[in-house]
Amino acid sequence: MSEPYIRLTNVGKKYETKTGAVEACGDINLEIKQSEFVAIVGPSGCGKTTILKMVAGLQPYTSGTITVAGKRVESPQTDVGIVFQEAIMLDWRDVLANVMLQIDIRKMDRAKYEPIARSLLKATGLEGFETKKPYELSGGMRQRVSICRALVHEPSMLMMDEPFGALDALTREQISMDIQRLWMETRKTALHITHSIPEAVLLADRVVVMGPRPGRIVEIIDIDLPRPRRLDRLPDRFHEYSTRIRDIFKSKGVLAMD
Amino acid sequence: MTLVSNSVKPDTGAARAFAISALRKLTPLAGVVGFLLVWQIFVVAWGVPAYLLPSPSAIGHAFINQLPLLISNGWVTVYEMLAGYALAVGIAIPLAIAITSSRRFNQLVMPTMLFFQIIPKVAIAPLFLVWFGVGTTPKVLVAFLISFFPIVIDAAVGLRSMSSEMTDLARSMGASRMQVFAQFRLPTSLPYLFSGLKVAATLAIAGTVVGEFVGADKGLGYLLLVTNSNMETALMFATIVALTIIGLVFYYLVELLESYLIPWHVTHRVELGTM
Repeated sequence: MSEPYIRLTNVGKKYETKTGAVEACGDINLEIKQSEFVAIVGPSGCGKTTILKMVAGLQPYTSGTITVAGKRVESPQTDVGIVFQEAIMLDWRDVLANVMLQIDIRKMDRAKYEPIARSLLKATGLEGFETKKPYELSGGMRQRVSICRALVHEPSMLMMDEPFGALDALTREQISMDIQRLWMETRKTALHITHSIPEAVLLADRVVVMGPRPGRIVEIIDIDLPRPRRLDRLPDRFHEYSTRIRDIFKSKGVLAMD
Repeated sequence: MTLVSNSVKPDTGAARAFAISALRKLTPLAGVVGFLLVWQIFVVAWGVPAYLLPSPSAIGHAFINQLPLLISNGWVTVYEMLAGYALAVGIAIPLAIAITSSRRFNQLVMPTMLFFQIIPKVAIAPLFLVWFGVGTTPKVLVAFLISFFPIVIDAAVGLRSMSSEMTDLARSMGASRMQVFAQFRLPTSLPYLFSGLKVAATLAIAGTVVGEFVGADKGLGYLLLVTNSNMETALMFATIVALTIIGLVFYYLVELLESYLIPWHVTHRVELGTM
C-alpha cells in the first residue's frame, strides 16, 4: 500500500505551434494513493486538463514519467471511467443503453452489469428515466448519466475533467453531493479537475493548486475534514482551506487583490 | 343545467384545439389553391393563348386524359433515376469511408473527384450518347454523376464530425477500430449523410431528364421535347407536374427513411410538453 497508485515524476508537456514550442505544464510531481480523492484546481489554461489526459493515456507527455499501478503510461488507460466536460451522450441510445455502452464496448457480461447500471441511475436520481433518450434530459441529468457510465464497469480509477463546467450552480451542488456519496461507497482512486475552489475543497482528500501558464504545481493541500461533508453545515475549517487557496491564486496574480 | 355546461366546456376546448390544428394543416394547402386560382383567373380574364400558358384546369384535363402516356413514360424515368441514385449511394458511401480513413487516399482521389464534379453534366451527356447509344445507360450515368458528389461530401463531413472528447471516451473504453466506427462514427455521421442523400434525391430526377433530353425515345424528358415541338403546351405542363410529383415523392421517401433510421436527431424529435 506504500506504493502510490498513480505517480507523476517530473512530467511536462510541450507542443509545437506555428510560433514555436509552447509549454502546457512542467515539473509536475504528484503521487496519488489508491482510494484517494485528489482535486486539481487552477485557472484556465494552466494545463490541468492536460494532466488528466496524460494520466489517462489520451495525450502523450514530452518529459518525465507517469505510472499507473506500477506500469508506465504509454497508451490509453482502460481501467478507468472518465467524466468529460460535456456529457458526450450517444443520442441514438436511451439512458440505460448509454450507461451500458461501457459494458458493450468492453464485451463484459450484460446480465451482470445491468443491475449495477440501474442501481447507479437510481442513486443519481434517474430512476424512471432508463428508457428516455438523452435529448429528453436536462444538462444536469445528462451529466449524471455520464457519471453512471464512468462507474458501471467498476474501474479502479475515476477521472473527472471539469464535469460541472456547463451546469448551473444549484445542479453543481446536487451532483457534487452525488459524487461524494458514490465515491464514499466505492472508494475509487479519483482525479478531479476543476476551476472551483469550494468544489475542490468539498470533494477532495488533497487539493493540488496550480499556477497560471506554464502550469506548475504551487502547493498541495491536505483537506482534513470529516466526511460526508455537507454544504449546509460547512465547518470554519472549510472556509480556512478555501481562503488559503484563494490567497495562493492572489499571490500568483490569478485573482485580483482587493 | 350545471351538468350540461360541465360536459360541454371541455368539449369546446377539444374542438378549438382540433380547429387550430386543422387550420395549421390547411394553411399551406390554401396557399397552393390561391396560387392556382390567380393563375386560372389571369389566363381566362386576359385570354392568354393555350400554347403560351394553359390554365391549371386545362393542365389538369391533359394530365388525366393522358395519364396512361404519362405513367408509361414516367415509369421509364423513375427506373433510370432510381438506378442512377442507387449506383451513386452504392459507390459514394464506401468511397466516403475510404477517404475519411486514409489521408493519403483522400489526397489521391479528392482533386480528381472535384474535377469531375465541376464539369457540367449537361456537357458530358452527349458524350455518353456517343458511347452508350440512346438506351438506359447514359441516363443512369448522368443521374449517377449528378447525385454522387453531395453524398460523398456530406458522408465524409459526417464521418469526420465525431468530437475529440467522444474519441477520448471510446479510447478509454478500449474500443477497437471497428467498434469506434460502428458504435460512434457511423451513427454520428447519419444526419449528415441523410442531408446529402436528400439533396441527391432532388438532383437525381434532374440528371435523368438531362440524359433523356440528349437522346431518348421514351421517358418524361423525351415527352417534354415532343410536346414542346408539337406545341402541346398543356401536356408539356402535365409532364412537368408528373416530374415534380416523382421528385417530391422520392424526396419524402428518403426523408421517411431518415426519420425511421435517426428518430433521435434534432430534426425529427417530437416536441415535448405543450405546444
